[in-house]
Amino acid sequence: MTIEQRLRQFIIENFYVTDPAEVQDDTLLVTAGFIDSTGMLEVIAFLEEEFGIQVADHETTPENLESVARMAAFVTRKRAGSSPPGGVEAVG
Amino acid sequence: MCGIAGIVALRDGLPPPDLRDLEAMVLAQRHRGPDEFGLYRDRRAGLGHARLSIIDLASGQQPLANEDETLWVVFNGEIFNYVELRAELVSRGHRFRTRSDTEVIVHAYEAWGDDAFARFNGQFAIALWDAAGETLVLARDRLGVRPLYLCEHGGRLWFASEVKALFAGAPSIPRAFDPAGLAETFTFWTVVPPQSVFEGITELEPGHVRRVSRDHSEDRAFWTPRYPTGDASGFSGPIEEAVERVRAALEGAVRLRMLRADVPVGSYLSGGLDSSLVAALGRRVKGDKFCTFSIRFEDAEYDETPYQRAVAALIESEHRDIVVRREDIAAEFPAVVAHAERPLLRTAPAPLFLLSRLVRDSGIKVVLTGEGADEMFAGYDLFREGKVRRFWGRQPASTLRPRLLERLYPYLARSPVAQRAMAREFFGRGRDRPDVPGFSHQTRWSSAAALHRLFTPELRDRVRRLDVVERLLSALPPEFRGWSPLAQDQYLEVRTLLSGYLLSSQGDRMLMAHSVEGRFPFLDSDVVELANSLPASFKLMVLDEKHALKRAAEGLVPPEVLRRPKQPYRAPDAMSFVGPRAPEWAADLMSERAVASAGVFDPRAVERLWRKCQVSGGGEQFSNADNMAVVGVLSTGLLHEQLLARAPGRGTGLEFRTVVDRIGEHPAVASGSGATRGV
Repeated sequence: MTIEQRLRQFIIENFYVTDPAEVQDDTLLVTAGFIDSTGMLEVIAFLEEEFGIQVADHETTPENLESVARMAAFVTRKRAGSSPPGGVEAVG
Repeated sequence: MCGIAGIVALRDGLPPPDLRDLEAMVLAQRHRGPDEFGLYRDRRAGLGHARLSIIDLASGQQPLANEDETLWVVFNGEIFNYVELRAELVSRGHRFRTRSDTEVIVHAYEAWGDDAFARFNGQFAIALWDAAGETLVLARDRLGVRPLYLCEHGGRLWFASEVKALFAGAPSIPRAFDPAGLAETFTFWTVVPPQSVFEGITELEPGHVRRVSRDHSEDRAFWTPRYPTGDASGFSGPIEEAVERVRAALEGAVRLRMLRADVPVGSYLSGGLDSSLVAALGRRVKGDKFCTFSIRFEDAEYDETPYQRAVAALIESEHRDIVVRREDIAAEFPAVVAHAERPLLRTAPAPLFLLSRLVRDSGIKVVLTGEGADEMFAGYDLFREGKVRRFWGRQPASTLRPRLLERLYPYLARSPVAQRAMAREFFGRGRDRPDVPGFSHQTRWSSAAALHRLFTPELRDRVRRLDVVERLLSALPPEFRGWSPLAQDQYLEVRTLLSGYLLSSQGDRMLMAHSVEGRFPFLDSDVVELANSLPASFKLMVLDEKHALKRAAEGLVPPEVLRRPKQPYRAPDAMSFVGPRAPEWAADLMSERAVASAGVFDPRAVERLWRKCQVSGGGEQFSNADNMAVVGVLSTGLLHEQLLARAPGRGTGLEFRTVVDRIGEHPAVASGSGATRGV
């Protein structure tokens, strides 16, 4: 399975999606209402467990995590050891 | 407090209403009024009443008529200013037989017609049958404290305080969920009257009167919330004067609710500002032996015991409380849903169900509550959140302005994984258009509406075509846009959550489940008009919620209650239904068979949800969405099982204290028949 497939499967299971077609690679998952703030913690926990990466606080941004495609790119970059862009500066 | 019911023919040629149908309707809501029962019937109409005797215990039976018995009333509720209205009516020549507020209704209606209802300071659902004019008049109080459901079926209008009475009276009424009602529930957390969750059944809107004659039915608002539209139209004095007047209005409202009862009145006491203030004022009126009642939680996160004890000690009340555990919530939840008669997204009604039982078991029939203060005086986080988001929206690119959100939600600042950017995304939605109606509510509504993904594909299809947010916002009053942003938010809160959920699922239904009447000083006509007339800044001063009310409460409640941050009333949600002590019925209702049979949710989606809950195994960390989803699916399943799938029970054998049966007479010439008789 590709990273995208694994991510999509997790999201469909964990956020009890009826119609898998609704989770496209570019679906904005927070905006679309699939993921709320606690849900984002679940996503991060999944990324760390499943892909053996560490997600730092400053990386917890919509730019890195809001869609399957962005998460997959983020995971790929992390595994390659390159430092992903921090995205927008965290509030506070 | 009581239950009312009725059947009225909408066309000619039908047989008279069947007394057995009326009896079944009264019996189905016996919990609302276990003290006495009454019936009225003529060729076109039947009325039924279950009475909880509170005022004029000896002679306040219903149905009750005017002097010439052409106008009959059944009534659920209280008209608190009935003494003043009675005096006014007597001076106009009306003659009274009883001391009850019920009799005031018929004479007030004779004197002022539909304008009578706006004169009532109270909480009521009323049915008036004008036998001479063959016209039915239904009315419901301003904010919807008392329920009234309607169904046209078989050429007749059926009405009752509870839906189960409609089904009991006419088992042939088709019983099904209404997609629009489900869409509303899973958006606003409640239906918005006249919408109900049941197909073909509507609710009379709060503040409305319906006039029904042969082939004609018309609804009219006798009251709607109004707020200042400019500097000139509201309260224009200084804050000190506003605080004085708020305090005086509340004292008056509590006094009226304490004294207009022929049985003892107690008070709920949550430990928050609102009920503490109400209890403190109630104690002053009552003198000694004033009872207060509290909910405590085994889960410390929800518990407010120290504040409750501090208030009870200060006002020297006879204080009683119950400790609620997760398994209590699970055990009572089926009964809670049976009384609420609508899907719930929170278990918060369950502890209130247990609390009203404690009140009843303590021998008290009437309690004051603090409900309504947050809507009238701006207590909710949602109002503060809306203010911050609008402030941000005036400079959408600002990175500084959203930091005010951390003042509202301190967890954002100390969040271990910096959810802040995500939160900013969430709260920042729509901020480029802060002036659209519903701006403040969008975040909440869209979070709940995200659960539509659990619906079956067929239901989702139907729901997609019904934009319930658009429907609500397109029916706003014309003056809405002239109100302050806070007033707009308050109006929407009153229209949706107050009437549909707080006063119903957490109010009337949980109280009436144990035959206890709630009284709501913050919903007093004078208090509401005063609160609505205040400038927004008196209510929400920068981000200080209920500013004027807090100042009015100074010296009356313990300082720690006044100073404490607002704690929303919550109860353990999904976690009550998972883990080793979870009830078996929950797993049954989540099964593919049960979910498919209810026909609302997609069994695969529910299976995923339930599996996720089992994996976390009663852990503490359920997201808001998971909580709403679990409680929503379970309550919908229970409702389907109890009220839709099962044939309605048709009890008999009630002993009626009052039976007026005029079959064979012509109502118009039956005056003075004196047909009242005991059975």
